Formats: sequence, C-alpha cells, structure tokens
Amino acid sequence: MSSPSAVAAQPGTRELTLSQAVNEALAEEMRRDASVFIVGEDVAEAGTPFKVLSGLVEEFGPERVIDSPISEAGISGIGLGAAMTGMRPVVDIMFGDFMTLVMDQLVNQAAKIHYMSGGRLKAPLTIRTTLGATRRSAAQHSQSLHALVAHVPGVKVVLPATPYDAKGLFKAAIREDNPVVVFEDKMMFAVKGPVPEEEYVLPLGVADVKREGEDVTLVATSSMVYVALDAAEQLAADGVSVEIVDPRTLVPLDRETIVASARKTGRAIVIDEGHRSYGVGAELAALIAEDAFYDLDAPVRRMCAMDVPIPFSPVLEDLTVPTADTVAAEARRLVGKE
Amino acid sequence: MSTMRETKLTSDSTIERWLDAYHRMATIRAFEERVNELYRSAKMPGLAHLYIGEEAVAVGICMALRKDDYITSTHRGHGHCLAKGAAADRMFAELLGKEPGYCRGKGGSMHIADHENGNLGANAIVAGSTGIATGAAMSAKMRSTDQVAVCFFGEGALGQGVLYEVMNMASLWKLPVIYACENNLYNEYTHYSETTAGDLVARGEAFGIAAEQVDGQDVRAVFDAAVRAVARARRGDGPTFLVLNTYRFHGHHVGDVDRSYYRSEEEETEWKSERDPIELLTGWLREQGVVAETLAQIGSEAQQEVEAGVEFALAAAYPDESEVDQHVFA
Ligand SMILES: Cc1ncc(C[n+]2csc(CCOP(=O)(O)OP(=O)(O)O)c2C)c(N)n1
Repeated sequence: MSSPSAVAAQPGTRELTLSQAVNEALAEEMRRDASVFIVGEDVAEAGTPFKVLSGLVEEFGPERVIDSPISEAGISGIGLGAAMTGMRPVVDIMFGDFMTLVMDQLVNQAAKIHYMSGGRLKAPLTIRTTLGATRRSAAQHSQSLHALVAHVPGVKVVLPATPYDAKGLFKAAIREDNPVVVFEDKMMFAVKGPVPEEEYVLPLGVADVKREGEDVTLVATSSMVYVALDAAEQLAADGVSVEIVDPRTLVPLDRETIVASARKTGRAIVIDEGHRSYGVGAELAALIAEDAFYDLDAPVRRMCAMDVPIPFSPVLEDLTVPTADTVAAEARRLVGKE
Repeated sequence: MSTMRETKLTSDSTIERWLDAYHRMATIRAFEERVNELYRSAKMPGLAHLYIGEEAVAVGICMALRKDDYITSTHRGHGHCLAKGAAADRMFAELLGKEPGYCRGKGGSMHIADHENGNLGANAIVAGSTGIATGAAMSAKMRSTDQVAVCFFGEGALGQGVLYEVMNMASLWKLPVIYACENNLYNEYTHYSETTAGDLVARGEAFGIAAEQVDGQDVRAVFDAAVRAVARARRGDGPTFLVLNTYRFHGHHVGDVDRSYYRSEEEETEWKSERDPIELLTGWLREQGVVAETLAQIGSEAQQEVEAGVEFALAAAYPDESEVDQHVFA
C-alpha cells in the first residue's frame, strides 16, 4: 500500500508507519494529561499482538498501561465508569470482532449517559479496535463492524487511513468528552506516510480529499482509500479523472465535502469494507442521492463487503471485498467506458 | 501390539488402552509439528495455535467419551478435533483452505467442526463455545439421551462473564456438561496469575459444581478424572469443573517465536524435558514392559498418517468461487 501525501514530505516531517503514528499520539496525550490511561489484553509488555503499543509501558508504567483479563465487557464498563469520574481511558479491543462483547456497555450505557442525564454526565472514553479482511483470519477475526457502532446516537466513530490522519484524529478522540471508537484496519499498520514533527490535532468531522479529479467521485473509508487510489491510477491511464474523498470520521460526518464532490463530478461510488446491507455504504449513498440528486449523471453505486461471513480460504476471501480492479471496472461502467 | 513382552502391573486390555492413547498423542504431536512446517514454508494461509505439550488433556478426556458425546473446542483446537476422531487429511485440507476440508475451506484452523464425531466446532472467540456446550448438554437432557458435552477452554476464558452465566445454569439444571479448563499458564502473552484472581477450582465450587484439579500432563490421571465426570453427568448428577494443569511448548501461535519477554527459556526447557506428556506415558508403558520398538512402531504409523494427510491436502482443490455465498443460510 502506498500512502497518499496528505502532507508533502518537507522539513519537519518524517515517514512513520500507521502503527508508529498511533503509538506517538497515545504517548503524547499520556504525557500531557495524567488522566489518560490504557487498558486492554496484552497491551503492556506485549504492546498488543500487532505491537502498536510497544514501549508505552516502559515509559508510563503498569499503572497506566494495564494488562487486563480477557474481559471485553468488563474493561469497557470499567473504562466508562472511570471516564465518568475524571479519567480519560483508552480501552484496547484487540479485534473489531470482539466489539460484540463491548456492545452493551457501549450502546446501552456509554452512548446514552450524557443525554439520559440531561447533559450532566460525560463519558470521555476512547475505544481502539480493528476492522478489515484479507488477513486469512476467518469469520471471527475479519469483520468490519463500524456500521453497528455508527448506528447508535451518542458515539463518535473514527476511521483513519493514513499515519497523518491516525495521529491527529487519535489525539482528538482522546480529548473528546464523548465516547469515541477508533477503527484501524489491521492490514494498514505497516503503511507509511509523512507525519510532522510538531504537534497537531485534527478535528473530528472534516473529510479529506485524497485526490482531486473531474469525472467520478470515490468516497472511500479506511483501507478502501488505498483501493480507491490504486483504482484511480488504472482509470487515469484510461483517461478517467477520479476524485477521492475520505470522510475520516463517520460520526460526525462531513456531509458538505462529500456532497460537493459528487455534485462536481456527477458520478459517485461509495467504497466501504463493512457488509453491503444496512451499512455505511448505504448511508453514504443515501446522503449523495438525497443531496446531490439533481447534479448526478448516474445512480450512486455501493461497493462493500459481500453479505457473507468472511471465509477462510484465500480463494473465497479475496472475492468478498472490493479491490482496485473491481472498483475501476465499476467506475468505467459509470462513465460509459467499459 | 504383538511385540509386547510382558505386563507387570496391568492387564493386557489396559495396556492396549494406553497404547491407543500413545497413538493418539503421537498423532497430535506429529500433526502439529507438520502444521508448524507448513506455516514456516508459507504453505498455510494465516496462523495456527499449536497444541504441542497439551496432548494428554484432549486425549485423556476424549477417551472417556463416546462418539455421540459432544465437545466444543477453542482457537487451540487441533488436538481436541483429532482426539474426538477427526481425520488428519481433512483437517489439513481445512487448514489449507481446500474443498475437502471439514468446513469446505470456509472455517480454517480455528473453526474445525466435525459433526459426525460430535465436535460442535472450534471457536476463535475466547469463551465463545461455553454457551454452545452447555446448550448441547441441555438438549441431551431434554431429548433424554445420555450424551454428555465437554467444553474445552483455556484459563483465559475465566475472564469472560458468559462462562459464569452458563455454569450457574448448568448447576441449577443439573446439565450433563464437563467444563475442561486447560490451564497452560498463559493468556496469550500474559501469565494467568496477572489476570486471574483467587483460586481456579473454587470458581466451579462457588456454583456447587463438582470441581477438581488434575495433572494435565498425565494422560492416565486425566482419563480417570474424565471417567468420573462422565459418570456423574450420565447419572444425571450434573456438571463437573476440571482444571487441567498443562503447558504449551510452542508460542501462542506459530508466529510467536521470540517469547523471552513473557516467559523464560528455563521454564520452557523444564516443562519439555520433565513434563512432556508423551515421554511420561512412554516411561510408564516401558515400566509395564512395553518395548521401545512397539512405541517406535506406533510413532512411525502416526507420522505416516500425518504425512499422507499433508500430501492429500496439498494436492486437493480449492473450493469453487461459486461457494462464496453458499451456506449463509440453511
Ligand atoms: C473474546 C476474545 N478476546 C480476545 C481474543 C484474543 N485471544 C485469542 S487467544 C487469547 C488467549 C487465550 O488464552 P487461553 O484461553 O488461556 O487459551 P490458550 O491460548 O492459552 O490456549 C486471546 C486473548 C479472542 N480470540 N476472543
């Protein structure tokens, strides 16, 4: 995966992996705010199975980088209680699939506490977890369940695609007074990209145009940004100019940037790795259909994971998610260049 | 086994049983060593969690079961599947994502299910199968069969609330289920003492469940405990909670090679040299008069079965692409 240059490599920037960028965001926030702590399975010495948190326990100690039992419901509940009483916990949920175990604490408790209390209580809780298939991890370690979370009012949802975005959005998530779930694609941890030396925070709710173009808009989330970028290269060779919009956060959603791009190009494909039905793809497509209808030259298309559990066999798994080839083919159909 | 010279303490039929146990344990060991090689030579997609070192647990328990009894398994499930009767060739085929695999390649290492042998499936969610095993036991009771269900899980699953919900119901409703907690000392990369408060056996006792601790490296001790638990379940006297003390000789998964940050080499060496379940059984069988050639013969048979299984799987076809959206619904 090659990273788009959200920030041109210039003095004061270095290349970091997405994993390093997340690690740096956490370290900076923990240095600046003593109420920030991390709790999760194998987060301390192991630094998570993906090694994203390596080194943090050495700097901040086991009181702030806490290895928990395998108790996802428990750690999210404890995280919530701590968040409501003055701490800023980051709860690490190793695989996005285990979010199902977190759901009661998140959906029935964390998401509603501010509203139910008439604005009196706050839950500055950050949950970091994963999404994404094609790692040959089979049906219970490959799901992209961000739509389940985004469906519930009261939770913010962040899907960074680049190291730059991951760092800036993570810092914003920790500073938020609301529950935020950050989904990182586990296939992207090694993706490299420029990250400034100096501190920065990216606001939630601002989309990023990852590539400018004229003929067709690809609205892509998380690792689907890379699929879109590769498709755009193929399409450029065919004379099709592609614009890529990365919403970066699903809640809040930057409707204006997405709609403006669709109105400009007149054609839009929405690409998301969640399942097709009742998902993020459907939401984004509906938004474009509602707000850009009179400027569209073709129906909005959705490209998502198939509505099947993710199969183990590589020959089957690779069929279940959008690829640069399938996206490019769909775009060609849309612009009448089949 | 015709080469047996004499039996000192034990009857021939008992010796036959332990030679069978030896065969099953040797098969699991050979299978897992081959899985590791397939991973290292990049012939297997994804990862696998090896059962090497823990063979006596699955074998001792499954020897006390009938074919129609149920088990549920875990991410570290190859040993349970083989011990319950699965064939190495179809298991390898599953691990390689091939069509003749137990799940037509759709499940992979962590999801092998073998309905014909009562295996309701391995599971990649820690404690994910505790409800299934308990429900299978409830079903056996409601259908008035005398089947039992064994729920295998690692001590890491003691962190999950669902386990305690179902244990409570199993005790209340006297369900024929055996909770087999394999304590191999580590939840992934963290020692269980850092994640598990209090006493393990007491967690069963708290629900009024018969609970005991067993040396999980001693297949005969495991078998004896399992026989007692199965008898209790079939009698209608309800569940049993077994804590089987064991050790995984390899990493958490095949890629976990550098382990020094969470456990010492001395600890590993000690278990491997003093507490290898196959060596312990070998020692006992030799004391009973079984000659080394007999065991070598059984070992090489196991090896050959495994080799043939790998060959079969490597040559097998992948599923057809049309299968991708089949089996979503029954
Ligand atoms: C609900 C859930 N949380 C976390 C994981 C990740 N995970 C896989 S295996 C494992 C450790 C399991 O330890 P244990 O139950 O003792 O079994 P062992 O691996 O030691 O056999 C963890 C945390 C998971 N698969 N499911």
